[in-house]
Amino acid sequence: MNHSLLVVLIASGVAYGTPLLFASLGELLAERSGVLNLGVEGMMLVGAVMGFWSVQRVHVGSAALSLILGLIVAAFSGATMAAIHAFLVITLRANQIVSGLALTIFAGAVGLSSYIGSDLNLADNPSSHTFQPFFPNAMQKWPVVGPIVFGQTALVYLSWLCVIAIAYYLTRTRPGLNVRAVGEAPGAADAMGISVVKYRYVHTLVGGAFAGVAGATFTLALTPQWVNGITGGAGWIAIALVIFAFWRPELCLVGAYFFGALQALAPELQARNISLGPTELWTNALPYGATVVVLVLVSWRGAARRLGAPSALGTAYAREEA
Amino acid sequence: MRLRIERRLDQPRWLAVVVPVLSVAAALAIAAVVLLVTGHNPISNYRKLVDAAFVQTGSIGQTLIAATPLAFTGLAAAAAFRMRLYNIGGEGQLYMGAIFGSGIGLLIGGSGSASPGVIAAMVAAGCIGGALWASIPGVLRAFLGTSEILTSLMLNYVAGYILTFLIFQSQSYWRETKGFNATVFPTGKQLPSNAIWPQWTLHTQGGLPIPLGLFFAVLAGVVLWVLYKRTKFGFEVQVLGDSTGAARYAGVRIRRKILAVMAISGAVAGLGGASQVGDFSHGLDGDPNGLQKQAYGYSGIVVAALGRYNPLAVLLVALLIGGLDNAGNTLQGADFPSGLVGVIQGIILFCALGGEVLVRHRIRVVRPVAATA
Repeated sequence: MNHSLLVVLIASGVAYGTPLLFASLGELLAERSGVLNLGVEGMMLVGAVMGFWSVQRVHVGSAALSLILGLIVAAFSGATMAAIHAFLVITLRANQIVSGLALTIFAGAVGLSSYIGSDLNLADNPSSHTFQPFFPNAMQKWPVVGPIVFGQTALVYLSWLCVIAIAYYLTRTRPGLNVRAVGEAPGAADAMGISVVKYRYVHTLVGGAFAGVAGATFTLALTPQWVNGITGGAGWIAIALVIFAFWRPELCLVGAYFFGALQALAPELQARNISLGPTELWTNALPYGATVVVLVLVSWRGAARRLGAPSALGTAYAREEA
Repeated sequence: MRLRIERRLDQPRWLAVVVPVLSVAAALAIAAVVLLVTGHNPISNYRKLVDAAFVQTGSIGQTLIAATPLAFTGLAAAAAFRMRLYNIGGEGQLYMGAIFGSGIGLLIGGSGSASPGVIAAMVAAGCIGGALWASIPGVLRAFLGTSEILTSLMLNYVAGYILTFLIFQSQSYWRETKGFNATVFPTGKQLPSNAIWPQWTLHTQGGLPIPLGLFFAVLAGVVLWVLYKRTKFGFEVQVLGDSTGAARYAGVRIRRKILAVMAISGAVAGLGGASQVGDFSHGLDGDPNGLQKQAYGYSGIVVAALGRYNPLAVLLVALLIGGLDNAGNTLQGADFPSGLVGVIQGIILFCALGGEVLVRHRIRVVRPVAATA
């Protein structure tokens, strides 16, 4: 039963979806404050390489401590990358789209992450510690829930906590409501005495930290080694996912696992000799096609506002010019 | 006392030239610090870079080859961005141009030397392929108001998978199916000889090959410049870019402009794809590690931004960035830090963006106003 196609797909969907989930939660926070950051792919790669570096080269007592430190380093690196974007678009009011793309070029597969990886000789070595399934082996053999719920690494459970925390933060706390105000109507938020600049900086940086952790999910859990461009475009899917999820954390989780399962579908079908047309083409292209469809639905007759697109997304705020 | 950034009422002309030049200089200085901090010698690495890009025998030829696709994608991005239409789908539109261009080349090409008719058909097919692919986000934006930024981006991936599919996962018309090599490693069918674009050789620096595509790129740049600076269409596009409200009051037909500009932008990127096939690869390059690794579409945005969306400046910047790309390719491996080229390109773009602020805004030191009773 645990080897039936559906169970395997959901279980690997959860595993492959976890970096997408972390990255999209971060992007969601930034976008809710009105900052569109297209640099997710770059931030993820720098997080991936720095997290990996920390686990390989910084020696602390135990494997668990080393991995936790790796995550912290990854988060910090992601936030540092996001700080460049934040300074350019919030303080200098530069174009958010061009700045985000610049960040991906700067930090991405042909940029800083590759520079760091080759400079520190990180390639071609397996990770010295990796995240293992969190629960004991016996629990993983339970029917259905075993592989799906109990066969995952600590990172998966951490991502669930983050979903709950962010959902609670955005709907039930004062600062969370303030963020939404900043993203919807920065002028009104400013008039209420909320610091637009401060909120946007904090959420862009935290968003970068999430992207860094998402990158480390690759190098410390999914494919535990450093390879140039290891994230393979996951950062772009994460950006699509935020829209796919109508800017809601709980729907990010559903979308991330759906997209993750699609990634596992083609090899899984091939292994079972099932032919469903050009499987690789449609399973690979489906997340992107589905996102285009969702974008169209979201934009239909102002539906965006009802469904949660922050009104001020992508625009700079200057008090004198508002 | 604090600093305030406020909008300039008039933008001095000299700033438009000085700021990009200073941006590049500042970027090189910052990248030098990065090199120093990580224990590399910036001067020797920069010398290697310049040597490999512009000085060594044959390097300028390679730089021109690297600059050709960047000129196309840069012009494509500039054409759309000038209207604040963020077509970041140049990448996918380039693939579509390559698919259409090579398709028609395979279909009507034959033996013999380069035929103007076949090449013209490939150019047209490339433009149509790119324009059609760009029109998907264009139509969605014009009629449904869907953000073209993300739809055009998503379609890049779809186009990439289609490209891979045609060569690697199917027995398509584009794929070579005969011969021993074809069974070992999937490749695109070779174009017939009269569909291969000619190149001219200048007899300097040990023979300097100039691909036909480069002429098309320069031609496209000039045409776009005339279109944007000297016609009513271009004027309306620029008004629309500066203020949608003003354009609407002036009676500009916004929907038509969106459709037209997206199609133009896509056509230029698609022409770049046709040039890749006709000039360089001579068959459809579906390898995920080939054309798709080059990310010409994304670099084109850097080129366009640094050229401040002016088509003629874009051509010059394409040479500079093409030189960097070429140097990055030649210097791979051997004691040259990998990724340095991307780092420099990224920092150049950051500096250009920061510099843009100085063009549009002035920074003033403000003293707090003493409260008066």
